[in-house]
Amino acid sequence: MLSDKDRIFANLYGRHDWRLAGARARGDWDGTKEIMAMGPDWIVDEMKKSGLRGRGGAGFPTGLKWSFMPRTESDRPHYLVVNADEGEPGTCKDRDMLRYDPHKLIEGCLIACFAMKAHACYIYIRGEFYNEASNLQIAIDEAYAAGLIGDNACGSGWKFDCYLHRGAGAYICGEETALIESLEGKKGQPRLKPPFPAGVGLYGCPTTVNNVESIAVAPTILRRGASWFAGIGRPNNTGTKVFCISGHVNKPCNVEDAMGIPLKELIEKHAGGVRGGWDNLLAIIPGGASVPLLPKSICDTVLMDFDSLRDVKSGLGTAAVMVMDKSSDVVACIARLSAFYKHESCGQCTPCREGTGWMSRVMNRMVRGEATLPEIDTLEQVTYQVEGHTICALGDAAAWPIQGLIRHFRPELERRIRAYRDAKVRAQAA
Amino acid sequence: MPKLTIDGIAVDVAPNTTILQAAESVGVEIPRFCYHDRLSIAGNCRMCLVDVEKSPKPVASCAMPVGEGMVVHTKSPRADKARAGVMEFLLINHPLDCPICDQGGECDLQDQAMAYGFDRGRFQENKRAVRDKEMGPLVATSMNRCIHCTRCVRFATEVAGVPELGATGRGEDMEITTYLEKALSSELSGNVVDLCPVGALTSKPYAFTTRPWELRKTESIDVMDAVGTNIRVDARGREVMRILPRINEDVNEEWLADKSRHACDGLRYQRLDKPYVRVMGKLQTATWQEAFDAIAGRLLGTPGNKVAALAGDLTDVESMFALKELLVTLGSHNLDCRQDGAAIDPTVRASYLFNSTIAGIEHADALLIIGANPRKEAPILNARIRKRFLRGGFKVGVIGEVGDLTYKYESLGGTAEVLSAIADGRHPFADVLKAAKAPMLILGMAALTRAESAAILGAARRVADTCGLVKDGWNGFNVLHTAAARVGGLDVGFVPGPGGKDTRGILDGAAGGEIDVVFLLGADEIDTARLGKAFVVYQGHHGDRGAHRADVILPGAAYTEKDGTYVNTEGRVQRANRAVFPPGEAREDWTIIRALSEVLGKTLPFDNLAQLRKRLAAANPVFATTDAITPAAWGAFGGNGAIATTGFDYPVVNYYMTDAISRASRTMAQCSESFASGAASRKTGTHG
Repeated sequence: MLSDKDRIFANLYGRHDWRLAGARARGDWDGTKEIMAMGPDWIVDEMKKSGLRGRGGAGFPTGLKWSFMPRTESDRPHYLVVNADEGEPGTCKDRDMLRYDPHKLIEGCLIACFAMKAHACYIYIRGEFYNEASNLQIAIDEAYAAGLIGDNACGSGWKFDCYLHRGAGAYICGEETALIESLEGKKGQPRLKPPFPAGVGLYGCPTTVNNVESIAVAPTILRRGASWFAGIGRPNNTGTKVFCISGHVNKPCNVEDAMGIPLKELIEKHAGGVRGGWDNLLAIIPGGASVPLLPKSICDTVLMDFDSLRDVKSGLGTAAVMVMDKSSDVVACIARLSAFYKHESCGQCTPCREGTGWMSRVMNRMVRGEATLPEIDTLEQVTYQVEGHTICALGDAAAWPIQGLIRHFRPELERRIRAYRDAKVRAQAA
Repeated sequence: MPKLTIDGIAVDVAPNTTILQAAESVGVEIPRFCYHDRLSIAGNCRMCLVDVEKSPKPVASCAMPVGEGMVVHTKSPRADKARAGVMEFLLINHPLDCPICDQGGECDLQDQAMAYGFDRGRFQENKRAVRDKEMGPLVATSMNRCIHCTRCVRFATEVAGVPELGATGRGEDMEITTYLEKALSSELSGNVVDLCPVGALTSKPYAFTTRPWELRKTESIDVMDAVGTNIRVDARGREVMRILPRINEDVNEEWLADKSRHACDGLRYQRLDKPYVRVMGKLQTATWQEAFDAIAGRLLGTPGNKVAALAGDLTDVESMFALKELLVTLGSHNLDCRQDGAAIDPTVRASYLFNSTIAGIEHADALLIIGANPRKEAPILNARIRKRFLRGGFKVGVIGEVGDLTYKYESLGGTAEVLSAIADGRHPFADVLKAAKAPMLILGMAALTRAESAAILGAARRVADTCGLVKDGWNGFNVLHTAAARVGGLDVGFVPGPGGKDTRGILDGAAGGEIDVVFLLGADEIDTARLGKAFVVYQGHHGDRGAHRADVILPGAAYTEKDGTYVNTEGRVQRANRAVFPPGEAREDWTIIRALSEVLGKTLPFDNLAQLRKRLAAANPVFATTDAITPAAWGAFGGNGAIATTGFDYPVVNYYMTDAISRASRTMAQCSESFASGAASRKTGTHG
């Protein structure tokens, strides 16, 4: 288990002052100028060495992403965009960081912007996060007033401005290019890639889009050294991570722990265990709504990191652990997720627009068993027809939960279909 | 130059080419719905997915730039599977109403479903139902069929310059709509029907009339404006059913203006299908012989200088040439093809051409528009200006009040005298033109049909000189005509001969009794009240203004009914072809004149079209080559004098009704009602 001294988010539970004074007491804004004095190349290099992988879900190495930005400024300004549009069902880590540790994010924005030679940072915050936006704006104002950001940020001579932009409640605007479109005032629809945002991003300028957590951990990593961060967790899956544990556990919580912690240990130690004991466990969605669920047999041993979960055909995603005990209707749960993706599909590209509706409708019938056995295969094929054929990853996200369900709970689907059929036969006979 | 392999074929293309373009260059066909050469790339239909080695997912070939050493498979199992999947998705919510769909037989979805789809559906749920949208009198909608390719949205926003189409809603609830349930306020709206790959947007006037395989297709030239748009006339039996654009990169790319597309129903109404002779003040049907005899009886005793002829705006070159020859043999020099009395100098060809050429607009970097409203007078040409504008670095200044041209321009004032200020270098826009590498000006008919138009023409020429509009390989002096026949008429010399009278002189002469016989060759845009007591012969195809005043009517052929030559505003000689026969006893126009000449005992020296065209080419070598531009030599033209401080009277007030054909068209009448008269907004419950 991670010791307290290695925790980055010391105020994750809001027990202390979230404002500038409190943040400073916890070590934020300490030696920022000195870090910046090491130069952009050093910062990017340290980030690479730390092995930090993006915390938004895809797990792309953050330092590498930063290094994709053009080395020198041209007539086009560079931008950092922070994705605070946390909408993945089950995920609430960014919310608490924004609420209780906003200065970590702002300091991270300054350092990341400096490393990428950007003078402006846009934080795109989920519209529903009203209090979080309010806190963050207060923190930004405090940082300006204290000279930590602004024309001469932290006395480094670097001009840095930070803008907060509130979204309007579309899940798709959490996709980086849709977020950029939305930020530009357009309809939130993902862009085609290439060109990637590092080449053509916000207002056509080089842009990096990072998750809140990826940016917020950066100052601590740089203060304590890449080797410290890399020493936590497992190779290629380093550092600490905030997990969001919800569902049928005794104490749902957000908790920061080391990457690669066993799933069982995570739940038993931090969330008070599964309701009714570990043996009452049915399945766990380990990384937010988009990743395939895992049955208990896998949950017994799996480690919580990108590679381990990938090996069991799931994913770490946003590390939102959703626990389902044996009282849950797992088919209905997945059908609900399908309904979510149907509702949130932007409608731009064909497979997702048409496929999410199709999958959702079939799933609704599967809940009742109102289907035929071959339809399970059809449904599975449809998920593979959506996956990998869309502009953005929402199509994949809509397909994976169903794939996971069919992979691990096909007998349950078949049982319902038979039961429905038998009931109908009996009703006709009566 | 990246090298890549597509289906085993080595391809070497320019950087930034997409895989789809590269595949096209070697003849590998990739299916697509949303991709269109002339629109921005959307990449949303996913039909063009291909298999690229080392790529974990299939790649949308329409949007992916080629890379060095790429190995692309368009027919691998993975590519086939991806496409079949997309096709299945497109079809699940697409109604199976092909038998009652106007797109049937020319539907991309139908064709590609045959080529790339499954043979059966697996979708068990209910299909989506979408409310149809109101898009005005030209575009019929059936939104259940929409596959959300957004071609129409992109066309309206990018090419037409009216961002009035868009998608509302999300996911499968996304709908293409005009937001306000009104017609697109564009003169190019009919093109969305061509662009729609399915039957969601179809042509309203053409609805449920014919199937594409019943149509006889004839390539021809449009005459509704002076652009010379290349068209295809689709006819069934003796009726023109519809008109579609043909691709000509130098003229219309692949667009067609609404009037050119939809005025064709006017070819069915108000037609002159028999000769008429006025007896006791009333027009009565007659035989050709009676009609000719009536003309001969009047003409043979009349001295040549009392005979005159005016040619209309839709007239082909051949008939103008024939009529001119006839008038010369009759000893008359009173002839004019400028019904509006435009002060054009017919002796210097460069003075009346659009010298920069339409395609040349794309090379210009500054533009001055004087007394022209290209949006209404030549929508296709206006789209080219907008295309150039969108690329940036293009300053446009306008003298006159023209309203929204679909691109930004600087209004230099509403009155013509600003032109002299620019010519004298007193106006800041003169510096804009001088600084430009390829500056151009467009002089419109509103500027050339005024009392002091010769001075305006002279001032425009001075602008060309002082601001460097004419230089090596570039001539930025342009006249935008509104009449399809105008440049042809000028080239053929249908203008007053030595001592002859022009339009104004002829009308004055007729009113004053100096002209006894006036021959109107499709001339309707004149004040017929001024023809006085003259004996009027009207030859044309519609019972319009000219025919009402006529003493003898000779029924001619409309542009779809004859083989004719037209010269567009650029001076491009193009051939229109006969798609259907003229109705009733009407005949192709040059043959009527040839027959009349025989009755008059002045037989013209040609017996067929080939002989006529040979003589034509001998008379003016520009007619020897078609479909090409011969740059015209720059010369001295225009007059001097003061320019009045009055605004312009634009020739096209109601875009939808400018000539005999469009005035007879019911579709154009509906358009006039919903667009031009401003009655577009429907009354609501709170009205009155």
